[in-house]
Amino acid sequence: MLTATELECVRGNRTVFQELSFSVRPGECLQLTGPNGSGKTSLIRILCGLMEPSHGTVSWKKLDIRHLAEDYRTCITYLGHRHGIKEELTPLENLQIICGLNGTEISRNHAVRALEYMGLANRETAFARFLSEGQRRRIALARLVFNSSEIWLLDEVLTALDRDGMESVQALIDGHLARGGMAVVATHHGLGLSQGRFQRIELAA
Amino acid sequence: MKANHAVMFRWLIRREVLLAWRRKADLFSALAFYIIIVSLFPLSMDPDSRLLRSIAGGVLWVSALLATMLGFHRMFANDFADGSLDQLILTPQPLVLTVIGKTAAQFLTIGISLILISPLLGLQYGLTPNDTRQLAWSLLLGIPVLILLNAVGAALTLGVHGGGLIAALIVLPLCVPSLVFGAGGNVSLVGAVLAPTLVFAPWAAAAAIRISLG
Repeated sequence: MLTATELECVRGNRTVFQELSFSVRPGECLQLTGPNGSGKTSLIRILCGLMEPSHGTVSWKKLDIRHLAEDYRTCITYLGHRHGIKEELTPLENLQIICGLNGTEISRNHAVRALEYMGLANRETAFARFLSEGQRRRIALARLVFNSSEIWLLDEVLTALDRDGMESVQALIDGHLARGGMAVVATHHGLGLSQGRFQRIELAA
Repeated sequence: MKANHAVMFRWLIRREVLLAWRRKADLFSALAFYIIIVSLFPLSMDPDSRLLRSIAGGVLWVSALLATMLGFHRMFANDFADGSLDQLILTPQPLVLTVIGKTAAQFLTIGISLILISPLLGLQYGLTPNDTRQLAWSLLLGIPVLILLNAVGAALTLGVHGGGLIAALIVLPLCVPSLVFGAGGNVSLVGAVLAPTLVFAPWAAAAAIRISLG
């Protein structure tokens, strides 16, 4: 169980949010909504440990994630709105490298299948610089296809995707929840999930 | 799941070397810069072989320092801009190992190229085989120091406008000891500088990255 206790986030001299507490159980999806600047990205970055909250703690299985460090990082997969796709590499290289870096190597065969699932068939070996923004987003999302980490933290990942792409992502999240995974998703789009429990937090501006 | 650091480290090196190879222009411009500066000195000076031989160490070292600094602030800045630095930090690998991997890859690409071309450039200064060997050794131990210190500078100025100049101002004084020892041909003293740099610089760079991101 992922628990946030009395989180507070201060950016500059503005308090973005405070006294935010919630928990996400296995098989549950938490959607974060709210206007621009309401702290969705900050909250997700706090949840994955990239940012320190000004107050409060995030705990995973009752242990503070600051103390868990690497043990926590093996349990999460974070996709930010800056997707971290290298333009000089092909989709195949991008995918195999990011999986390898996380200690979950995947074979070329699996990588090709994951990319095909995300609608990038026959594009595996084109340089990412020649692909559209939506297609680059799809490379980043292909990481979720054979992903078994327990927590998915997805920040605005539906941006630039077409309808078809969104449906693929929804299916992936559904499958993840059905396996007992947890997901925190920041998005303005409806998620239309059919599996697992669902809760929503609306952050105020 | 037990994290396998060896596998992750191998992928990191593979990533960095592949990226360096795909950005060949950066690699070759640093190398060309090095060759040009080193070659201009013998052309512009009195062809007195004693004079040339005595300045060779200094010229090669200063040029190597400038060549490694060329575009070095991009070391983390590129990854920072496209979001892959976040991904690198979130791998199960400690950030220190990631920094070590990135600097090791820099050494394997630009570092090795500079060292390999140096004996050839030394010919222009009429270096004896013995001098050349000593110089190559001092560069072999010294260039890692320069790369590691540059990594600290790059990490400290991450996300700062005009960071390249500030990084240079931070890094240059730190490079002076190895420059003095290396240009003077004191190979063992360069090694003595390398040892603590190898231990402390990755930690400093990792800490600086965390601060820049917070």
